[in-house]
Amino acid sequence: MSMTIEGKLFLDRFRVDEESHLRIIDGEKCIRDCPQQPCLYLCPANVYRLEQNRICVSYEGCLECGSCRIACPHSNIEWRFPRGGYGVSYKFG
Amino acid sequence: MKEAFDVVIVGAGPAGISAACVLADAGIKTIVLERGEYPGAKNVSGGVLYGYDLAQILPNYLELKCPIERNIIETRIWYLTKEGGYSIGYRDTIFNTDRKYNSFTVTRAKFDRWYAEQAQKKGALIVSATTVVGLLRNTKGQVTGVITSREDGEIKAKVTLMADGINSPLATSTGFRAESKPEEVALAVKEIIELPADVVEQRFGVSNRNGITTEIMGEVTEGMNGVAVLYTNYSSLSLSIGANLADLAAAKIKPYELIESFKQHPMIAPLIADGKPKEYMAHWLAEGGYDAMPNLCGDGYLIAGDSAMMFNALHREGNNLAMASGKMAAETIIEALKRDDYSRSSLAGYPKRLAASFVIPDLKKYRQFGKFLHTRTEVFNHLPRLAASAAREMITVNGISKKQKQKLILREILRQMPIFKLLRLLWQGWRSVK
Repeated sequence: MSMTIEGKLFLDRFRVDEESHLRIIDGEKCIRDCPQQPCLYLCPANVYRLEQNRICVSYEGCLECGSCRIACPHSNIEWRFPRGGYGVSYKFG
Repeated sequence: MKEAFDVVIVGAGPAGISAACVLADAGIKTIVLERGEYPGAKNVSGGVLYGYDLAQILPNYLELKCPIERNIIETRIWYLTKEGGYSIGYRDTIFNTDRKYNSFTVTRAKFDRWYAEQAQKKGALIVSATTVVGLLRNTKGQVTGVITSREDGEIKAKVTLMADGINSPLATSTGFRAESKPEEVALAVKEIIELPADVVEQRFGVSNRNGITTEIMGEVTEGMNGVAVLYTNYSSLSLSIGANLADLAAAKIKPYELIESFKQHPMIAPLIADGKPKEYMAHWLAEGGYDAMPNLCGDGYLIAGDSAMMFNALHREGNNLAMASGKMAAETIIEALKRDDYSRSSLAGYPKRLAASFVIPDLKKYRQFGKFLHTRTEVFNHLPRLAASAAREMITVNGISKKQKQKLILREILRQMPIFKLLRLLWQGWRSVK
């Protein structure tokens, strides 16, 4: 039985901040100028999902690796660390 | 915080805590800022540490109850196709006697927390749940402390040590390190898979808290430049797989699906059977190596560990480089404090120390290795298949003479990979690590 990404993220403990630490700067650009949309594939937590012609950001399950920031061909993701103490907290690591 | 410190350290990982231990031992007023809920909360690595470098900081780490999972007595290397693969390993009783704890497994959330407690006992102040968002500078541009996301969050210090890891928006936003390019990092995902200790021991043929490491290359990364590992913990396994971020983006392979198919590999599946996944993680590896390293110090600051791209991709060593660089940064800071001079030239002892140690020579030795793997993708698809078909034919008993088999194998190899191409691959590979 293959484990889904939802199942994997369910194993982790997150302290979710009210405000997102990830923001797509110009949502139009993702649809208009970015045929590759690598964020949909390479994010290990499936934070980015294409829903009805826009990319939604489920920052709650972000593992804070930074991949989306540097792989976005248009540098279109504003990325910061969650506020101190928020975000993922590993028990094992 | 209105209080002023001698040293502020960004990040409570192996580099930052090693520095904090050395500084606190010398009676220097040191604060460590950690963005996680506790030290280790955000920290991920394959899961192997090295006793030598830890003992340089804490010679009595065993008495201090360092949370060791298993002492490593055997190192295995696997070169895999989809169907199977080559396995070589080296086991030696010396790693259970004279050289015990040469390397051992840990889980980082436990280890880093314990390590930070040791620094605290020595007198360093460790403050968690605090993200550093900027640096303080004087009119001359010298770094004079940090800005945190807390209210009144400025902390002044004579020296700032950045040990905030491979993914460092701070280093980038301050211009101290260029933003990493996708081809300079590998993205790895990891799972902790729980199994009873006796099952781990049975499956890996170990006892008495000994264990083994397995480093894996080949078709498991779907033709991408990548690597996987399987390490034994006391009652769990650390399973990771990762690939160069540029390759992942180009291949459109989802990391969580990559690890799922890896778990079904015929050589992995029986080892993790009935295991219970306990945690899922993601982290970068600093593959840029020597050529992606930033300036290691400047006016008022130094950079250590992953943050300085100190990672030996071939030997999968990173924590030891972090610990050694943290220690050398601290020794340099102690000298600078005596001089009361925190200029770049006063801190220049740090890169000099690194160059005289194993850190810079190791990074230099393998500076071409990352490029070799990145440009020679045959290593991850053609080569394992060719090697496998050769073994398959030689092992199969079917009435064909061995000499005839040799001929057929050679012909097949040359058909798939012309001799000059094969020789060039071997030559370039050798040159990148010699």
